[in-house]
Amino acid sequence: MLHISPFRQVLIVLTCLVGLALAVPNLSYDRVERHNDAVAAIESGRSNEALEADAALWPSFLPSGLVNLGLDLRGGAHLLAEVQVADVYAATMEGMWPDVRDVLAAQRDTVGFVTREESEPDVLKVKISNPEGAEQALELVRGLARPVASLTGAGSSNIVVEADGPVLTIALSEAEMAATDERTLQQALEIIRRRIDAAGTREPSIQRQGADRILIQVPGAKSAQELKGWIGTTAQLTFQPVVSRTSDANAPVAATNEVLPSLDQPGTYYVLEKTPVVTGEELVDAQPSFDQNGRPAVSFRFNPTGARKFGDYTAENVGAPFAIVLDDEVISAPTIQSHIPGGSGIITGSFSVEESTNLAVLLRAGALPAELVFLEERTIGPELGQDSIDAGQMAALVGMIAVVVFMVLSYGLFGVFANIALTINVGLIFGVLSLIGATLTLPGIAGIVLTIGMAVDANVLVFERIREELKTAKGPARAIELGYERALSAIMDANITTLMTAAILWLVGSGPVRGFATTLGLGILTSVFTAIFVTRLLIVWWFQRRRPKTIEV
Amino acid sequence: MRLRLVPDNTNINFFGYAKATFGGSVILLVASVVLFFAMGLNFGIDFKGGTTIRTDSTSAVDVGAYRAAVTPLGLGDVTITEVFDPTFADDQHVAMIRIQAQEGQESVTAETIGRIEAALLAVDPTITFPSVESVGPKVSGELIQKAILAVTGAIVAIVIYIWLRFEWQFALGAVVALVHDVGLTIGLFSLLQIKFDLAIIAALLTIVGYSINDTVVVFDRARENLIKYKVMPLIDVLNLSANETLSRTLMTSGTTLIALIALLVLGGDVIRGFVFAITWGIIVGTYSSIYIAKNVVLMLGVKRDWSKEKKPTGNQFMDIDA
Repeated sequence: MLHISPFRQVLIVLTCLVGLALAVPNLSYDRVERHNDAVAAIESGRSNEALEADAALWPSFLPSGLVNLGLDLRGGAHLLAEVQVADVYAATMEGMWPDVRDVLAAQRDTVGFVTREESEPDVLKVKISNPEGAEQALELVRGLARPVASLTGAGSSNIVVEADGPVLTIALSEAEMAATDERTLQQALEIIRRRIDAAGTREPSIQRQGADRILIQVPGAKSAQELKGWIGTTAQLTFQPVVSRTSDANAPVAATNEVLPSLDQPGTYYVLEKTPVVTGEELVDAQPSFDQNGRPAVSFRFNPTGARKFGDYTAENVGAPFAIVLDDEVISAPTIQSHIPGGSGIITGSFSVEESTNLAVLLRAGALPAELVFLEERTIGPELGQDSIDAGQMAALVGMIAVVVFMVLSYGLFGVFANIALTINVGLIFGVLSLIGATLTLPGIAGIVLTIGMAVDANVLVFERIREELKTAKGPARAIELGYERALSAIMDANITTLMTAAILWLVGSGPVRGFATTLGLGILTSVFTAIFVTRLLIVWWFQRRRPKTIEV
Repeated sequence: MRLRLVPDNTNINFFGYAKATFGGSVILLVASVVLFFAMGLNFGIDFKGGTTIRTDSTSAVDVGAYRAAVTPLGLGDVTITEVFDPTFADDQHVAMIRIQAQEGQESVTAETIGRIEAALLAVDPTITFPSVESVGPKVSGELIQKAILAVTGAIVAIVIYIWLRFEWQFALGAVVALVHDVGLTIGLFSLLQIKFDLAIIAALLTIVGYSINDTVVVFDRARENLIKYKVMPLIDVLNLSANETLSRTLMTSGTTLIALIALLVLGGDVIRGFVFAITWGIIVGTYSSIYIAKNVVLMLGVKRDWSKEKKPTGNQFMDIDA
C-alpha cells in the first residue's frame, strides 16, 4: 500500500542532505569568499600569515562553492564591445603592397612601371604602365596568393586578383576574411584578458558573443569608464618613415603616404609613408624608464625579425627622420643618428610618469588588432547591489513566512509537510546554484520568490486530490496513494510547460534575465522533486508511525 | 478549522455569464491593442537605446534644477524622474535621468557621462551615481527582435506541447488564453506608461508559463472527466472540471500572489516594474484559464468517441488517468 522502498528513501534523504550541504556556505558568504580567495592565492604559490588566517575562516572539509553574485547585486561594470574586424583587412592590404611592388618591379620589362592607385582601404589597386603586360602581371600577383590557414577555408587561396586594363585590384577572398575575423577576435579576446588581468581585479568574465562581439563583465570595477580606460585604447604602435613636416592637415599626398597629427604639438602634421618599417607586434618588451634628460620615457626591445628590419632601416637612413606612431598620432619624430643594431630603443615624448607606465603596460600586453566600438555599457555601484540584496532577502523572507502560514491554515499537518518540503526546496535551489557556479541576479532573487509561491502548487494539487479521493476511496492510505498518482499528470504537464518558457528565456536572455531563467528553471525542477518525493516520504513516515483511521487534509 | 478559499462542493456555472466575461475580455484586448498603437509603450533603453543615470543624494531631488543643469549640455531628449520607495532611508533621494541615444555614438562616451555628472554635482555636491547604463541603438534593435522572438517562440512551443498531450481544441484554447494575458499586460503597460524593458519581457514569459500552468490543470481534469462521464454534455464536463479544480487554482494563485506582494512592497524599486507585471499577469492568467481557455474549447467542441481511440502508450504519465 502506502510504501516507498528503503533504497528510495535513502536516495531521497541523501539528495536533500547533499543539496543542503552545498547550500550551507552561502549562509556565511563573506567568510567563505575570503577563504576561497585565500586558498586560491596559496595554491598559486603566494602565502603569508594573513592569507593563512583567511583560509582558516572556513573548514576545508565543508563544501565551499558559492553562488556567484551577478553584477547587479555585487556592483561592477559591464561592457559589450564590437570588434571592428574590417580594420584588419586594410592593414593586411597595406602589408601586401611592398610584396606586390617587388614582384612586379622584378619584371619591369614586360609590365612597365608600377604605381599604387587611390582605393577603398580594404583593397589594393596598382597600375602598370604597360597594359600589354596585364596578363603577365595578373599571373605574377596571383603567384603571391597563399592557402587560407583555417579549417573551413582550407583549399581556397587568400586573395582574389582581378585585372581591368592596366589596373589590378587585389582583395581578400571570402574565406580569408572569415579566417581573419576569427583570428582578430581571438587576438582581441586574449589582449583584453591580459590588460584586465594587469589591472588586477577579481573574477573578470570576458566572453565572446556572436561573430564579432566581446562581453566584458568585471565585478568590482568602479565604472564602465574605468574599465574602458583599461582596455579602450588600441595601442597600435608603428615606426614609419617621415616624408615631410607640414602644418596643413589636408596636405595633398601620394597614395602611398598619409598625414598624421602630432600628439603633443597642436597644428603640426607629418606626412608619413603608409607602410611601417616595424610594428608594435614585433615588440617583446616595453618598460617605463627615463631618457638622458631624466624625462619619463618608454624603453622597448624588438624580437629578432623586428630587430633586423629596424637595424637595416636605420643603417640605410642615417640622418633621416622617422616617426613613432601610436594609434594614428605621432608621438615623436626623431632623426636617426646612427645605425641601431641591437633592436632596442627608447620612446621619448612629453609623457608624465603615469602615462609612460600605462603606455608600457599597453605595449607589453600587445596592441588590439582592431578598434573596439562599445555597444552597451552598464555600471552598478556596490551600494545599490547591497540594497537590492537586502530588499530581496527581506521580500523572500516575508513571502516565505506568509506562504508557510497560509499553507498550515489551509492544510494543517499536511501543510506542515509541504512547508518542510518548501524549505528544503529553497535550500536545494541554492545548493544547485552553488554547485554549477550559476550567477544569482536581482531578477534571479525574484525568480526564487516566485518559486516559493509556485512550489507549493504541486503539493496543493496533490492535497486537493487527496481530499477528493477521501470522499470515495477505501481508507486514508488508498486516498493518499490515489491522490499522488492522479495528480501526477497535471503536475507534469503544468511544470513541463513552465520549464519550456524558462528554457527559452535562458537561451534568449542574457545577464540579469538569464539569471531569472536559471532560478526559475531550477526552482521548477527542485519543487517537483520536493513535492513528489519529499512530502510523500514525510507523509509515509508519519502514516506508518500513526496508522490513523481517518485523516483530515 | 481549516482555511477554505472555496467551499468543498462548488457548483458555479462558469458559462453563465460567458457573453459578459468573454465579451469583456475581447473588449479589453481590443482596447489594449488600441492603447498600444495610440500611446505606445514607454520603452526602456534596452529597446530604444540611450543612457540612464541613477542619482542618489542626501538632499531632496529638485527635478527642475537637475533639468536646468543638464539641458545646456545639448543632449537632446532628457527625462528626469524622482523615484520613491519604501525601502529607501529617510535622507535618501533617488532620481533617474534618461538621455536619448546620441547621434553617431553607440554607447555614450566617457566624456559625455563626465559632463553630465559634473553638471549635476554643481547643483548638489552630495549626489552619487549608483548606476549608469548605456545601450547603443544597434544592440537595442537586436534586443527588440529577440524579445518578440522569445515571447512568440514560447507560445508556439507550449501550444505544440499541449497539442501533443491533449486535443488540438485545447491547444487553441490555451493559445487564445496566452495571447489574452500577454495582450492585456502590454495594454496595461501602455496605459500606465511604465518602463518596458528586457525584464518586462522576462515577466511576460513568466506570465505565459504561469497561465499555461493553470490552464493545463483545468484541461487535465477535463480530459479525465470526458472519459469518466461519456454522455455528459461538454459544457457540463468543462464546468465540473473547473469547479473541481477551483480550490487548487485559487490556492496556488493565492500563495504565489502572497509571495509576489511581499516582493512588490519590499523588493525595492529596481525590480518593481518587473514584479508588477508578473503580479498583474498572475491575476489575468488565473482569470483566463477559468474564463477564456475553456470557452474556446467549448466553441470548438471536442471529439467524444473515445472508444476508437488507441490507448496512448510509451509515456508513464499518460497511463495514469486512463
